[in-house]
Parts: sequence; C-alpha cells; structure tokens
Amino acid sequence: MRDKRPLNRLALEPETEHVALTRRQVLAAGGGAACAVAALASWPGVALATPKDAQAVLAELTKGVPLQKGRVRMTLPALTERGPFTRLVVAVDSPMTVDDHVKAIHIVAERNTVPDVASFYLGPHSGLAQVATRIRIKQSQNIVAVAQMSDGTAYVGRARTKVLGGAGGCG
Amino acid sequence: MTVTPKVKVPARAKPGEVVMLRAMLKHPMETGWRENTAGEKVPRNRIHTFICEFQDQEIFRADLHSGVSADPYLAFFTTASATGKFRFTWFEDGGNVYTKTATMEVIQ
Repeated sequence: MRDKRPLNRLALEPETEHVALTRRQVLAAGGGAACAVAALASWPGVALATPKDAQAVLAELTKGVPLQKGRVRMTLPALTERGPFTRLVVAVDSPMTVDDHVKAIHIVAERNTVPDVASFYLGPHSGLAQVATRIRIKQSQNIVAVAQMSDGTAYVGRARTKVLGGAGGCG
Repeated sequence: MTVTPKVKVPARAKPGEVVMLRAMLKHPMETGWRENTAGEKVPRNRIHTFICEFQDQEIFRADLHSGVSADPYLAFFTTASATGKFRFTWFEDGGNVYTKTATMEVIQ
C-alpha cells in the first residue's frame, strides 16, 4: 500500500521550540574580521583593568615598599597569537643565600580583566630565583614582575607582549 | 573532566646541585566570566594555590589567579640536599585537593 505519510515529514513533527542562537554561536558561524572585532567586545559587564589598577594591586602585595628598577629579568614573546597561553619566565639576580635571597615574586598584568596573575614564594633553598609558567594575556600590554628581597627591598621588571588578533593577519 | 597531575623530578642529583622541578595539572582554570554555548556563565573553578614540599618542608608556594592559563604549568628550582620525597599539592576553589609525589635520590 502506498505510504500516506506526507513527503515533508517535518510537517508531522510537533512544532520545534524556537532555537535562539546565542551571540557566541553566531560569532562562531560568522568568522572573518567582523568576528574578531566583535570578540573584543565580548564578556559584557566585565571591565578591563588599567595600569593604575595594576599599580594598586602591586602596592597591596608589597605593602607600599618603593620599587627599584633592575635585577628582574622577564622572558616573554614580543608577539603572540595565543594570548591565553603565553610562556613567561621570570628570573631575579640574587645569590639566593640565607642572608640575601628572593622571598617572593609577584606578577601582574596591566590590561587584563583582573590584574592579578600569580605570586611565587621562594627561599634560600631554591638555589636559583627563576620561575616559568604560562599566563593569559587578553590584549597587547605590559606584564610587570616585582621581586621582594629578604632585606625588604623590592625590584620591578616589565615586558611587553603584542597579541595578534588571529583573524588572518589583520591583528 | 578528569584532573591529572603531572610532575617531572630528576631521578638522581649530586649534593648541592640546583635541580629544576616541573609540575602541571590538567585543569580548566575557569575564571567565572566565560559563557558556554547555551549562554550560561560557567562557574568559577580555579586552582588557587600550589605547594611543593620536600620531606614535609615547604620549598615553593604559588598563589594563582585568573591570569594563569588553563592547565597551570610551573617550573622552579631547588637545591638537592638529601634523598627524599617531593610532594606536589594543588588546591582547587571548591575544596578539592590534588596530590602527586616523586622521589629524588642524592648521590655523590
């Protein structure tokens, strides 16, 4: 016998719920430069930090000790396409003896959503004041590292990284 | 999602040698700002502290914030003094703790 089902079987199915595409899905489908521009404006309601916020965070971490330049060396790529996975190496010139060693290294980002990145606590047994990690960099900016010494002084170092847009070289 | 700790510790070292220790945890480090495909905020779930101990003595500590990448990786140094056990501990926001141990032999 002839099948009496209509050819368009979809018509028989209960009306599907209206599927609202989220902005993110539209973006994923869109691609291209428009996507990259709109992506920069994502995370609604989350304001980006400013270098002033980063200074405030550092002042809190170091309890207001004046920061001197030098002794802190940062290795960070000058250019990166993968901002959320940026390799960072911080090294501090220090003999790492009981009398003279690095107590802590604080890392802050000047233009991330939140300036705090990480704090590392070392001691004379560390032997070498060097720490490597991977950090998130939201946009091109300076990353600041502050080393707190055992004698109470604090040294600051900076490195700048440019984050490429990743939209076919137009970043 | 499974959280797997991975550590690299030299099997052998000379006394007084400065050795590199590496630790990585497979973990999303959710900041709490990201939205999933359904448009819902993904709740914050980060590793906030990492501690490395040698024979129950803390040798390295890290406070990690949202600026640290997913799968937090850390490489740091210590001076080899005696044969012993390193314990690496990661503390997650919800109270979970992940641990991994490794032994290093110190020979002349």
